[in-house]
This record gives sequence, C-alpha cells and structure tokens, in this order.
Amino acid sequence: MSLRNRWRKFLNVFMLAMTGVCAVAAVSILFLILGYLAWNGWRSLDWNFFTRLPKPPGELGGGMANAIVGSAQIVLLATLIGAPVGFFGGVYLSEFGGRGFSFVVRYVADLLNGVPSIVIGILAWTVVVVPLHRFSALAGALALGLMLIPITMRQTEQFLRDVPQSMREGALALGASKWKMIATVVVPAAMRGIATGMILGVARIAGETAPLLFTSLNNQFWSSGWNQPTASLPVMIFSHAIAPYEDWHRQAWAAGLVLLLLVLLANVAARFILSRGISAQRGYL
Amino acid sequence: MSSSSDSELTVGKPHERPRSHAGAGVRLAAAPPKMRSVNLNFYYGAFQALHDISLDFHTNRITALIGPSGCGKSTFLRTLNRIHETVRHTRVEGRILLDSEDIFQVETTTLRRRIGMVFQKSNPFPKSIADNVAYGPRVNGVRRKTDVEEVVERSLRRAALWEEVKDKLRESAYALSGGQQQRLCIARALAVDPEVLLLDEPCSALDPIATAKIEDLLFDLKDQCTIVIVTHNMQQAARVADYTGFFLLGRLVEFNTTEVIFKTPARKETEDYITGRFG
Ligand SMILES: Nc1ncnc2c1ncn2[C@@H]1O[C@H](COP(=O)(O)OP(=O)(O)OP(=O)(O)O)[C@@H](O)[C@H]1O
Ligand SMILES: [Mg+2]
Repeated sequence: MSLRNRWRKFLNVFMLAMTGVCAVAAVSILFLILGYLAWNGWRSLDWNFFTRLPKPPGELGGGMANAIVGSAQIVLLATLIGAPVGFFGGVYLSEFGGRGFSFVVRYVADLLNGVPSIVIGILAWTVVVVPLHRFSALAGALALGLMLIPITMRQTEQFLRDVPQSMREGALALGASKWKMIATVVVPAAMRGIATGMILGVARIAGETAPLLFTSLNNQFWSSGWNQPTASLPVMIFSHAIAPYEDWHRQAWAAGLVLLLLVLLANVAARFILSRGISAQRGYL
Repeated sequence: MSSSSDSELTVGKPHERPRSHAGAGVRLAAAPPKMRSVNLNFYYGAFQALHDISLDFHTNRITALIGPSGCGKSTFLRTLNRIHETVRHTRVEGRILLDSEDIFQVETTTLRRRIGMVFQKSNPFPKSIADNVAYGPRVNGVRRKTDVEEVVERSLRRAALWEEVKDKLRESAYALSGGQQQRLCIARALAVDPEVLLLDEPCSALDPIATAKIEDLLFDLKDQCTIVIVTHNMQQAARVADYTGFFLLGRLVEFNTTEVIFKTPARKETEDYITGRFG
C-alpha cells in the first residue's frame, strides 16, 4: 500500500474517532443530567406532590398542586397571546412579504428571539405589573407570550416556504383567490410542521423561569385570579432549591422531574404528529 | 360549428393570422377565435422569453404547441391564464383576448375559472383523491355533498382514472403513481368545466394506453371547450391537433393547420424539427 493510501486510511479512522468521541461526549452529558434528575426526582415524587399545597417551612410533606395548575394557566394564556400573532406573522412573511418591510420584521423577530428572557420579564413588569400595582398571572403570560411570538413566526414562515410553489399555482389555476389558496392548500400542507413547531415552542417557554420571577411571582396558595400572583413550576423549583430546608429540596427535585416529563411528552407528541405522514390529511368532507 | 375537423383540415386555414407562412387556403372558420394573442412579448426580468407572438386559438378546436426544450411553450401557456404572475419580476407586453375581452382586465379568479390548466409537473394537493377533484367546484361555491360526489365521479371518469381509484377516493393523492397523479390533475381541471383547457405535456408520464385514453378525452372535450396542448410528441400533435404552432427560441416560427405543418411546412426550421433533423 502506498504511503498516500495509508495516510488517507489513517485520516479516515482518525476523523471517525474524533467525531464519534465528541458525539458520545455530548450525549453522555445530557444523559448524566437527565439521569441525576430522574434519580433524585423519582425518589422525591409522591402522590401528594400532585394534590397538595406547599407546606410552610419546617413542616414535612405537602406538594405543588397550585404550581402545576398555575404553570398550565400561564402557559395556556401565553399560547393564546403568542401563537396567533406568530402564526399570522409567519403567514405574512411567507405569502405576502415583499422585500423591505419583511426584512425588517424578520430581523426584529430574530433579535427578539435572542433577547435574554429576563429582559422580556422586565418589559412585562413595566407594562403590566407597575401600572396594576400587583404581580399577576397575566403579566407572566404576557412575558412568555412575547417570547413565543418570534419562535412561532419564524417556524411558521419556514414550514410555509417549504410548500412547493406548484401547490399554490395549482390552487390559483382553479380559480381560488389568494386567501382561499393559502387557507385551503398551503396552510393545511404545512400544518403538521407548524403544529410541531408550536408544541416545541410552548414546551420551551413552559420551562422559563426568569420572565416569571417578577411578573407572576410565586404563591404558596391557590391563586385567586388572573390578576393575582400565581405559582408556577419553574419559579417553585427556584425558590425551593435556594431555601435552606431539606424537604423543600426534595420537592424541587420532584418538580424538576415533572417539568422535564411534561417537556419530553410535548417533544414526543410533536414527533408523533410530524411522522404521521400524509395519512394525517386524509378525509373527504 | 358542424363541419368535422377532417373536412376543415383539407380545405381550411385559420383566418387572419398576422404571421402566415403557409400557402393560400380557403377561409372557412366562421366563428371568432376563442382566444387571441396579439404581439405578445414576455420577460423574465431582463431576459425576453417570448418575442412578438400573435396567434389565434379557434373555438372548439385543439391547438398543439411544439418546439424544442426551452423555446417558451410553457411560458406562453402560462401567460394565457395569467399564472405567470406568481413568478416575480415577470412582465408582459401585448394583448391576450378571451372572447375579445382583454384578459388583463378580468379578475384573475374569474379568468382562471374559465381557463383551466394542467401543469407540466403534476401537482396534486396533499389531500385525498376526492378532495383534489372537488377542490375547484368547492372554491367556486358547490357545497351540496351529492353535487360534489357527482362531479368527482364524472371528472375522474373523463380523465380515465375512475376505475382505478373508485375504491380509494378517500386515500391520499400521493399514494397514486406518477401517471395516475397526472390524470388526477386533468380530472381536477375538468371538474370546473373550463371554456379553455391548457395542457402542458399532459402525457409525458403516461403509458401508451393512458395516453390513448387522454387523447380520446380531448376529442370528446372539443365539443365543450377550446384546447391548447404543449407536446414533445410529434405523433400526438399530428393525431389530436387541428392547428399546430412551432416555437423556436421564443418566437412563433410557423402556425397553421396541423395538416399543413406536418405535410407541407413553409419554413425549413419547421420541417427539420418535425422530421427530427433538428440540431
Ligand atoms: N422562472 C423563470 N425565470 C427565468 N427564466 C425562466 C423561468 N422559467 C423559464 N425561463 C426561461 O424561459 C425560456 C422558456 O422556458 P419554458 O419553460 O417556457 O420552455 P419550454 O418550451 O416549456 O421548455 P420544455 O419543453 O423543456 O418544457 C427558457 O430559456 C427558460 O430558461
Ligand atoms: Mg415546458
């Protein structure tokens, strides 16, 4: 074998080994974290966690039922605020956008995506908490909703762009108006992708802590309304983890595991939707 | 119009052609042309794809457009229903008339309901077979389920696809073969009963049997609509078309009855192309 061939062979093996090691390293760090969380969380998790309110410091037991419901409330409202704006913005960018204005919108959306989440929290604090003189679920939802807008907008745009131009022409050639074409052909063709993107976006904001710290704050009890401080899982984890009580640490682990499982569930659901293939669009109505 | 196309072919010639290279003939076609293109220029940005195309499409006749790849056949066809407007930086000069009405003055939705199109690449929607065919009637306001079902069956029958798909109407159109998808697109275009039907190489993905069925369909359709078909298949043009136009490098080199084009073309380029000596 010539020197050149040997060198080539060596390079092949070397590169394979390098990339393999890095891949394994990345995956093992992830599994280490997940494993540690699962181990600690599972030991700490009990039925009370889902059904009881937090106990005052020093008392054992209790749960985070209020934080689970609170998180669900805030995330739901955030989705109602962020998803429609993001969706229609994405439709505009993909289907109507010209050059100048679209460029600005796209650029701003990417900037907004990169803004540290705590800054978004400060914004919601300024426009909702300060004028209303109280922390509230509404303020938290606004902060998370604002974060969701650029995510869904860019994803919606991308999935709509992936729909072949020939689909649009096919619909227009049958006498459909532009709106009709978008609503009946383009959006349905991209719907699975868009839905997947939204689920992942929602899963992402569900784990955010910083924007909630001074918007929805926290609550040891059931929140009595949208304009009241409301408990949420991420903030609960934060407050319990930094407290000096052993039993609160246990609760924080449990909350961490529950949050992780919820996000995982969202991911699996998203993948499932995306992989269902064309059969998802059957139906003769 | 009662005269058969055969008798007309022997004696007739399209009237008032701005660009006539054929020998003298007797003017027979009394009905005004369904569509006319008058001094049409077409630009993709700075590139001029069509030069001064003037040509009449006769009512209830089949016109074939032939010519080498890239000569502008699709471009021309796509301006006839203004679908070219979906492509950015395109520009049209000249006029196109539908029943002597300027198509650029008509609402595109109205225009495209009247002028159906089957694209060069088949483009079924990611919907069920039935929903594909029903799409046109539905956007045009057909709502009753029985009406929709009826038009779906009729269109699929006409496109020679019914027997193959009647048991799987609710399955995805993407489960069909390439040739079946193309016939589905034909059925979809027929479902709105267009006055003019534009076909861009509709048979390029079809086997001889399906091709023959489509050609039969075109003969049947002649009673109801005016047909323009782009084809690379000389035999097909000779078989189905009453008139044939030969395009070369964005220009209409020759236009005449199919008989004249194939038997006694006036231009050398036409003869070379038809006899396969083109190159
Ligand atoms: N979207 C476009 N942008 C720019 N130029 C284009 C575009 N589409 C077509 N052209 C050019 O216009 C000319 C005519 O193209 P057209 O598709 O009309 O040819 P055609 O006769 O249909 O060819 P074929 O038989 O291969 O389908 C070609 O030179 C092509 O490169
Ligand atoms: Mg073409």
